[in-house]
Amino acid sequence: MGRLVTGAENPTVLYVSGGNTQVIAYLQRRYRIFGETIDIAVGNCLDRFARVLKLSNDPSPGYNIEQLAKRGKKFLELPYAVKGMDVSFSGLLSYIEEKAPGLVESGEYTPEDLCFSLQETVFAMLVEITERAMAHCGSQEVMIVGGVGCNERLQQMMEVMAKERGALLYATDERFCIDNGAMIAQAGYLMYKSGQTTPLVDTWCTQRFRTDEVEVTWRD
Amino acid sequence: MAAPMDVSGENVRKFIKQGAEAKVYAENFYGRPCISKERFSKGYRHPTLDKSLTLQRLKAEIRAMSKCRNLGIPVPTLYFVDTSTSTFYMEEIVNSQTVRDYIVSIQTSDPDGAMQKLSPLAEKIGKILSKMHCGKVIHGDLTTSNMLLRGDPSDLDIVLIDFGLSFSEGLAEDKGVDLYVFERALLSTHPNTEELFKVVIEAYKKENVKESADAISKLDEVRMRGRKRTMVG
Repeated sequence: MGRLVTGAENPTVLYVSGGNTQVIAYLQRRYRIFGETIDIAVGNCLDRFARVLKLSNDPSPGYNIEQLAKRGKKFLELPYAVKGMDVSFSGLLSYIEEKAPGLVESGEYTPEDLCFSLQETVFAMLVEITERAMAHCGSQEVMIVGGVGCNERLQQMMEVMAKERGALLYATDERFCIDNGAMIAQAGYLMYKSGQTTPLVDTWCTQRFRTDEVEVTWRD
Repeated sequence: MAAPMDVSGENVRKFIKQGAEAKVYAENFYGRPCISKERFSKGYRHPTLDKSLTLQRLKAEIRAMSKCRNLGIPVPTLYFVDTSTSTFYMEEIVNSQTVRDYIVSIQTSDPDGAMQKLSPLAEKIGKILSKMHCGKVIHGDLTTSNMLLRGDPSDLDIVLIDFGLSFSEGLAEDKGVDLYVFERALLSTHPNTEELFKVVIEAYKKENVKESADAISKLDEVRMRGRKRTMVG
């Protein structure tokens, strides 16, 4: 889907949403996961922090964090956990969950500052593992997909990283970032075109496919 | 402090490659050929975070390299550290290739016999990692690109490099994650190496039966953490 919308050839993909955080690249008929979270997803981390600050769920907790972060100024150093091409967010979340109420109450940091610091830290981790995967695969294209991919600060940071290494960033907008129906339809269309069909009686839904489980018949 | 120059006073710095966070040069350290690794600042990161990470990693890398040296694990010899430019100078490992290139070349030239041919190498890797973990060094970024094979590949003379994400820790959890990172790097870079990783783990166990058991059970635990995650949203 991302390739269709952006025209990218063979990008390294950062897939970030409420349930998933993965760095993916295509190699020999499979989308292979080069890096991922070893505990919670980045979207989950942001949502849970939004709850600590009692932010509204409308339109989404992540969106509200993004808006607050725009007004944050003071940077709080938070635990930064990159392990090879994997990341870990649970330690960071516990840390900020525990500290946040006190820091806000004492007036040392505003909720805006904390949202800003959280975003700066977790996105830096994501951009770093994406860059590691790109260096590892020799890739010159990068794409962000998934709900958290709508975040403009993440896109901006990725853009800077891409520029610094002479690579290109392809970002999809929210029409495609979060429309699972469109993505499934596009995958189905490609499978059909490659001659892979499933009789209707054998067709059902599963949410549990891992990215690297599916054999890709529609790409070389 | 400026970068050291060679004896003639001429700086002969030659750019070799740019990794994810450092530039690597070949140059001359007072007459000796050497490799320098310069960590550069990342424009996408907040300046405070950037400074702190750069220094932290420079220190981590140097510490782990000297520790490995004491443990008898081959690493490049450290010559000089310049914190003002986040650069350090080390021995050039001449006549070497990465384990990654070696595995690729064997898998390409002899797909059927690759497993058998690569087994001794996997065993040696397991042994080295076990030794390193017993010495409380966690590498943090184990990949086949971060291991060099010096001289004739059949000598299995492995040199570990790239310790920027390393830290000193004896906890089984960290060892388990270190092995997990390596497993993922191996399998995603070299398709069909599941059996090879088993050889690594067997050798890892054999090298230190007592201490490796906990790390291996943590490895299984960390794997499950990844797998149980469903693909929702």
